[in-house]
Amino acid sequence: MVKHHLPDEYLMAYSAGILSESFSLVVAAHVSLSDDSRARMEAYDAVGGAVLDSAPVANLSDGSLQATLDRIMGAPAGPSADEPIGQGAFPAPLQEYVGGDLDAVKWRSVGMGVKQAILKKDGSTSVRLLYIPKGMAMPDHSHGGLEMTLVLQGAYRDDDGEFHRGDIEVANDETQHTPVAFGPEDCICLTATDARLKFTSILPRLAQPFLQI
Amino acid sequence: MCRIRDYRDQAAFAQLFAYFAPRVKGFLIKSGAPDGLAEDCTQEVMATLWQKAHLFDSSRASVATWVFTIARNRKIDLLRKDRRPAPEDLAWGHKAEPDQADVIGLQQESLRVTAALKALPDKQRILVERAYYGDLSHSEIAAETGLPLGTIKSRIRLALERLRHEMK
Repeated sequence: MVKHHLPDEYLMAYSAGILSESFSLVVAAHVSLSDDSRARMEAYDAVGGAVLDSAPVANLSDGSLQATLDRIMGAPAGPSADEPIGQGAFPAPLQEYVGGDLDAVKWRSVGMGVKQAILKKDGSTSVRLLYIPKGMAMPDHSHGGLEMTLVLQGAYRDDDGEFHRGDIEVANDETQHTPVAFGPEDCICLTATDARLKFTSILPRLAQPFLQI
Repeated sequence: MCRIRDYRDQAAFAQLFAYFAPRVKGFLIKSGAPDGLAEDCTQEVMATLWQKAHLFDSSRASVATWVFTIARNRKIDLLRKDRRPAPEDLAWGHKAEPDQADVIGLQQESLRVTAALKALPDKQRILVERAYYGDLSHSEIAAETGLPLGTIKSRIRLALERLRHEMK
């Protein structure tokens, strides 16, 4: 049961299509696991529908309808078979980036049992999978920008509470937190950031170029 | 839309096209697409509408909303050359038909949202529109739009619960 849902402004930004790809991936994965967030997202889609409905009417080219019908007839017929849904540890949008489920991830060790896999990096924005062994703490860090974290397996806790599969946490400039993985399973998270994290202790700061966060 | 989904009805498609295609094109032009690209993209959006009709769930979205989501996705592909990962589809169309009362309720709520958008004070309405035309960054978005979204959210939530129940 998902307890930490995504705040409305990010669902609206995602619905409007103005979130960058990295954050969109975390939102898409979270919405796949949270019907509460999905319902709110679809309500914002309805706002988009209202904007479209009120959009200025543009003139179409001559024969636009016929050209569209030709496209339809020219395309392969019929809906494709249903894709399997709700299978495996990763929601479908994440599986597309990984090229499979959990067992297909190309992890790179970053020390002390912590592993990561960078899925997409675009300037200062990136999205990655993090693997944190149970009982381990993520290095104490604060943020220069926005960070969005979705739990996919196991759980972690920090000052804001406990986060389990499907839960999402948004952190910004002011947040300083030390998430600790707990429970019977190692913790796997999907994290998007739009600025390098600033670690507050010396050791992780040395590891930062290596972590690339 | 249901006639397209269930009977592949071309006359129904022509009607839908006449209403939505000029609006989709207007939406794309306002989002920054040049005329030629907007025309091409509009035709693709309308073709997708036909091809993906089996995914349309009338207890969760109005046709305008459905058209918007397709247009937005094409817009991101074409204008931003970016990907927009989408949530997992919830299988639709092969299980039970949605309850008619749910469908009507949702359509009424969608009309209310459209009416409420038009009734917003100009400054607020323009802010909402700019967000959907891609003119705002995510940090400029306010959670409070001034639109009454509470009821439509609970309606969609209920439809999702029923759908989950059907899927078991």
